Amino acid sequence: MELVVFSLLNGLVTGLLLFMLSSGLTLIFSMMGVLNFAHASFYMLGAYFAYTISGYMGFWVGLIFAPILVGVVGALIQRYGLRYVHRWGHVAELVFTFGLAFLIEEVVQFFWGKATKDYHEPELLDFPLFTLFGQSFPAYKAFMIFISIGIFIALLMMLTRTRVGLIIQAAITHPNTVANLGHNVPLVFMGVFGVGSALAGLAGVIAGPALGTFPGMAFVLGSIVFVVIVVGGLGSLAGAFVASLLIGWLQTFAIALDYSMTDLLDLLGVSFSDDHVLRDLWSLSLPQVAPILPYLLLILILIFRPTGLMGKRET
Amino acid sequence: MGIIKKVRTLTATALLAASFTGASFAADNIRIAFIDPLSGPFATTGESGYRTFEYAAQTLVNDKGGVLGGRMFEIVPMDNKISPKESLIQLKRAISEGIHYIVQGNSSGVANALTDAINKHNRRNPDQRIIFLNYSAVDPALTNEKCNFWHFRFDANADIKMDALTDVIAEDQDIKKVYIIGQDYSFGKAVAAAAVKFIGAKRPDIEIVGNELHPIGKVKDFTPYATKIKSSGADAVITGNWGADMVGLGKAIVEAGVDAPIFTYYGAHDGITATFADKGVDVIRVVHEGTFNPPSAEFKAFNEGFKKVNPDKDLNQPRIIGTIQMLAKAMEAAGTDDPVAVATALEGMDFTNIYGRKVHMRASDHQIIQDVNITVHTDKNIEVDADNSGYGLLTEKTVKEAGKDLPTSCEMKRPS
Repeated sequence: MELVVFSLLNGLVTGLLLFMLSSGLTLIFSMMGVLNFAHASFYMLGAYFAYTISGYMGFWVGLIFAPILVGVVGALIQRYGLRYVHRWGHVAELVFTFGLAFLIEEVVQFFWGKATKDYHEPELLDFPLFTLFGQSFPAYKAFMIFISIGIFIALLMMLTRTRVGLIIQAAITHPNTVANLGHNVPLVFMGVFGVGSALAGLAGVIAGPALGTFPGMAFVLGSIVFVVIVVGGLGSLAGAFVASLLIGWLQTFAIALDYSMTDLLDLLGVSFSDDHVLRDLWSLSLPQVAPILPYLLLILILIFRPTGLMGKRET
Repeated sequence: MGIIKKVRTLTATALLAASFTGASFAADNIRIAFIDPLSGPFATTGESGYRTFEYAAQTLVNDKGGVLGGRMFEIVPMDNKISPKESLIQLKRAISEGIHYIVQGNSSGVANALTDAINKHNRRNPDQRIIFLNYSAVDPALTNEKCNFWHFRFDANADIKMDALTDVIAEDQDIKKVYIIGQDYSFGKAVAAAAVKFIGAKRPDIEIVGNELHPIGKVKDFTPYATKIKSSGADAVITGNWGADMVGLGKAIVEAGVDAPIFTYYGAHDGITATFADKGVDVIRVVHEGTFNPPSAEFKAFNEGFKKVNPDKDLNQPRIIGTIQMLAKAMEAAGTDDPVAVATALEGMDFTNIYGRKVHMRASDHQIIQDVNITVHTDKNIEVDADNSGYGLLTEKTVKEAGKDLPTSCEMKRPS
């Protein structure tokens, strides 16, 4: 029982964090057709910027200014880097973001070093919110949930209820038509890229204290974000939301449940001797395969529902 | 083109000059090749090891007039990028430069490759032999089935550490359930296997409520693992994790409200101590040979001197000090820098280390036998801290001459 409750909560935290990263990425991808490999690097930059700012002015100042800073960096990179490279086509853009991811990682190591940074949650939130079955749930995790849901609602409102959102939605599917109507599409692109980066930065700011601030943090999260946007469906904010939660829970429950193939076979009344050639395969337990489950899901989705759960066009 | 040519000539001249100075030094300096990562993801560890060797050689040998009537120790850094293949290339380079002493420590994979290559080289080149001083690689095989006369280990190996750690666990009657968790690769598996073996032998009543491996360097959130550990009701956790995996696991366990000691191999320094800060107090325990707090007067002075030169680095591999001191002592005893004579003097050597404790280089397998401490992360009574954070490791229990009775399968072949 306690495992189920806490796995639900843990999965929610992970899922919402994934959503903050993937919401920006999915908008960027569907608008510009570019897989931004450096997206998770903005997440890392957010954590490091906030770490440095919080050292001087406290956590809350970092929470506000680090994402803005990351957003500005993102917008500048789009304006002076991606837009320039765009004239040579999508492959050049892809390679550009790929290189950017490595560059950012090296720059982070150069300025902040390779060791883990002692970026902490604010004292205000450093207490167990509640204790259930003897296990405590940190207030900071609740804060993470609160922020992520707030962002989701704000984004949804902006995209569906405002004029800017209307233009963005139109630009996702019909960029040329929107340009012909007299809207400045490159500016919209830059804005979306900047806001997307800022969201990734914000994710980094709040994830840094909980998951650790170290140069490998972008790599750890990078690939899973792509799974989220493909599973959710390109350009679909709601899809990204559902897919993030799905993957968050998939991973946490897979680790929590100690079942293996043998248990399943036992149920069916089948058993293998210990020296069977495929014994290693049968004895694989769910926690051991947990890391590959999202990628398995990715492949299944691409085969059976290429548009993703809620997407409108094919990947 | 012109510029490239110019640069090439310059480099060539520089290289030439360097080789000349190298040659002129070789006559009187005793050169020690430091083959460890100085670039790439493990450069922090390699760098701090190199700085420690430099400082120890300078202050403990050179400033005191050197060895053998005025010959100086010179540490030659060679970057192996933590790859066994690269290490063998660097070994060849060291051999061609006429170096007889190799020090290495990071990664048992590298140590295994080096010890085989050196053994082969020494068999084929009896007049240019090489000694391998291993200051950190802890794979037990290096002093068991893979042992040879040229390899000396100055760190307690993984089995000795686990033996000491389980001694402490066995004494604590409150511990009834143990959870073992580690990274999914050879070292993580070796730690888990050793823990199961020693606990089973010393306290068969202890239940191992979890024995889990997680992917190395890929887990973004350890909370699900912490939830499992909590609900298993474990009284103690054992892990061989290092780096970001150590920080993530430790934090998640503490935040889940698990009130149990976490016994680690590498739960301190390189940013880990600063990150745990008040959360890790009285929870994180590290098993190692270092005796940081309370420090001996000699060690404290050494550490202060080191910190003056390297304010951002920690002296986190203090066994390096003993490596340099014992090498110098062996040379003085042998009266020569001839590798065979030095190795003969080194095996079986008794020595009092910088903490004022007796250590012994066991002749049967060239494994050093020394006191191993179980230390706890705290900010009370800390004189030598880690990461300049005010937090450090306080010695809680000491296992005297740890691993003295552990058998070895080594059949040492000595040069005739």
